[in-house]
Amino acid sequence: MADMPGTRPQLGVWKFASCDGCQLTLLDCEDELLGIAERVEISYFLEASSAPGPGPYDLSLVEGSVTTTQDAERIQGIRAASRRLVTIGACATAGGVQALRNYADVAEFQAAVYARPDYIDTLATSTPISAHVPVDFELRGCPIDRGQLIEVITAYLAGRTPDVPAHSVCFECKRRGTTCVTVAHGTPCLGPITHAGCGALCPAYHRGCYGCFGPSNSINFPSFIPLLRRDGMDTLDVVRVLRTFNTAAEEFDAASRKELSG
Amino acid sequence: MTGNGATAVIGKDGLDALIRALAAGGRTVIGPTVRDGAIVLTEIAGGDELPYGWGVELEAGHYRLRRRADGAAFAHSAGPQSWKTYLHPQRERQWTADRGADGALVVTEEDAPVPSYAFLGMRPCDLRAIAVQDRVLAGGPHTDSRYRARRERAFLVAVECTEPGATCFCTSMGAGPAVDGGYDLALTEVVDDGGHRFWARAGSEEGAAVLAQLPRRPADPATESTARQRVAGAADRMGRTMPEVDLQLLMRETLEAERWNDVASRCLTCGNCTMACPTCFCTSAEDVTDLTGDHAERWRRWESCFDLEFSHLPDGPVRATGRSRYRQWATHKLGTWYDQFGSSGCVGCGRCIVWCPVGIDITEEAHALNQERAATGGVGVPPREASS
Ligand code: SF4
Ligand code: SF4
Ligand code: SF4
Repeated sequence: MADMPGTRPQLGVWKFASCDGCQLTLLDCEDELLGIAERVEISYFLEASSAPGPGPYDLSLVEGSVTTTQDAERIQGIRAASRRLVTIGACATAGGVQALRNYADVAEFQAAVYARPDYIDTLATSTPISAHVPVDFELRGCPIDRGQLIEVITAYLAGRTPDVPAHSVCFECKRRGTTCVTVAHGTPCLGPITHAGCGALCPAYHRGCYGCFGPSNSINFPSFIPLLRRDGMDTLDVVRVLRTFNTAAEEFDAASRKELSG
Repeated sequence: MTGNGATAVIGKDGLDALIRALAAGGRTVIGPTVRDGAIVLTEIAGGDELPYGWGVELEAGHYRLRRRADGAAFAHSAGPQSWKTYLHPQRERQWTADRGADGALVVTEEDAPVPSYAFLGMRPCDLRAIAVQDRVLAGGPHTDSRYRARRERAFLVAVECTEPGATCFCTSMGAGPAVDGGYDLALTEVVDDGGHRFWARAGSEEGAAVLAQLPRRPADPATESTARQRVAGAADRMGRTMPEVDLQLLMRETLEAERWNDVASRCLTCGNCTMACPTCFCTSAEDVTDLTGDHAERWRRWESCFDLEFSHLPDGPVRATGRSRYRQWATHKLGTWYDQFGSSGCVGCGRCIVWCPVGIDITEEAHALNQERAATGGVGVPPREASS
C-alpha cells in the first residue's frame, strides 16, 4: 500500500506501572514487526524510540496500572487523544501484581523500605486503566500472547472485532491435546476458571495453570475451590494462587477475600 | 458389514507386523501409547509403543495409570482424546482469500492433501461414535468434504473390550462392548495359558488383504470361544448404566427439573466434557486477516455449548446460565440428537465423566432426573405435539 507518511494509522504505546514485558512482546513480534511498522506509524513507543509523536492516535496500546496521581491524570490525556484504547497485560487490565498493595498499608511499606519515605509519591492502590477511563478492549496475560497482540492490531486495522475468546483455558488445553493435569495427576490447576489466550502453556509442561490471564467469563468458584483443596491446597495456598498478577480482578479479589473470611 | 469372513489368530509379532505393513502402505498409523501419565493416541511406528502391561483406574474426574500383571495392550478405556482429534481436527483452514492486482478477491478453497490414516485400537464405542459423526458431518445434504475425505481413506482396526472401565456404559447405549461392523479389521485380545494373542477378523476386502500379509495361524475354536466369553463378560461388568427408560422422552419431560439447578451448582462450564466427547462436533468460524489487509483466511475450530459466547446474539448470549448450558448439552446428547440425526448422541464411552474436573456424571444426572420425574409425575414442558 502506498500510503503517504502521515496518512498511516497512528499507533501509540504507553507505559504505566509495569515491567515492560508486554511492550516488549510487540518488539518480540520479529516476523510481523516490519509489517506493522509499514502499516502503522508508531508514534509513541519509548521502548523502541525516544521521540514521542504529537498524536492523535488511531490505536493506543496501554501497558501498566495507575499508581500515582500524575498517571491518573496522564491516562485522561491519552484517552482524549486516542480513537481506540486497548490495554495490554494484567497490570493495565487488572492492576497487576503491584495491586497486592491494595490489601496493605502503603505508608507502612514506605517507612519500612525507603530511607526517605517522604520522597515517595504514590497512591494507596494500584488500579486498572478501566477504573479511570473507558477502554475499548482489554488484552489479558502476564505477559500478553504475541499472537493475540497481532490479532488485536490487525483486527483494528481491518475494522473488525478481535477474535479473543473469553472462555476457560481448558478449551485450549483439550484442543492442544494435553492430558489434564488435574484429572490424571491430581495437580491443582486454575485452568477451569482462567481466561484463555496462552494456548494452555503450563499444563503442556505438566504444571497447573496459575491464572496469569485472569478470570474467564464464566466462573463457578463455590464448585471450583473444593477441587484445589482436594488436590492439597489449604486456605493460604488458595489465597496465594488467586493473589498474583490478577489479584485485583473483581472475581479473584472477591474469592480470595471470601476464603480469608472463612 | 461382515466383510469376507477372513479370520486368523495373530501374536504380538503379528500386531507389530500390522503396524509396519500399514505404515509401509503409506498410512499414518495412530494408536494408543503411554505418555504424560495417560494412554494417549498418537502416531506409532511399531508394536513396542503400545501400552503393554498398562491399565487404567477410572472414576468421575479421576484417571490413573495402573500396571497390569497380564501384560495386555488393550485393557484400558476413556483416554483423554478421541479419534475425532484426527478425523475432525480442532482447527482447520477452510479457504483463503487474496486481493489480486486488479483489486478483485480470489477465494481458494483449502486443498492441502488429507492424510491417509490407520487407526489401531478403536473401541466398539469409538466405531459407533464415528458412525454418529458420519451422520452429522457427511450424512446430510451439506457434507464436510475434508472430513469425508479423511474418513473414506481411513483404515480402522477395532479392538473389542474385555476390560470395561468404571465409567463405561456402552451396553446401556447399545454401543459395545462387541463390534458389529464398520471396521476393516477387528481384534480381540486374549491372554491366558495359551499365550498372548489376538483373534482377528477382516471386515473389508482391504482388511482381508492386510491380514493375509501378517504372520498368523488359523483361528482355533479355543481362542475364539475365550475371546467371545471375555467380551460377553465385559458386558456384565459395565461400571455405569443409564436408567432403562426412553432417554429422549426423559429429557423432554424433565426440562424444568430441579436437578438442572443442582448440576449447574457443580458445573464449571469449562468445556472439557464436549472437547473429550467423541461425538461432539460443534465448531465456530475464525476469520484471520493479515497486516496488509490483502489476505484473509477462514478457519474452523472446535467450539462448545459450554462457551458463553457460543450462543451470543446481538442482545447477548441465549444461554447465559450454566444451568441452560449443561441442560443444552445433556438434552442434545440424550434427546434432541434423535430428532436431528436419528440416533443417540452418546455412545457411553465415559470420557465426559472421567475428564470433567469436578466429576459430573451424565449417567448419575440421568438417574436423578428419572427419579425426580417419578417423584413429581413429570416436570417438563408437554411434548411438542400436545403443546402446540
Ligand atoms: S490441565 Fe488445567 S487447563 Fe487443562 S483441562 Fe485440566 S484443568 Fe483445564
Ligand atoms: S456424552 Fe460422554 S459418555 Fe456419551 S459419548 Fe460423549 S463423552 Fe462419551
Ligand atoms: S460438565 Fe464438567 S467438564 Fe463439562 S463443562 Fe461442566 S464442569 Fe466442565
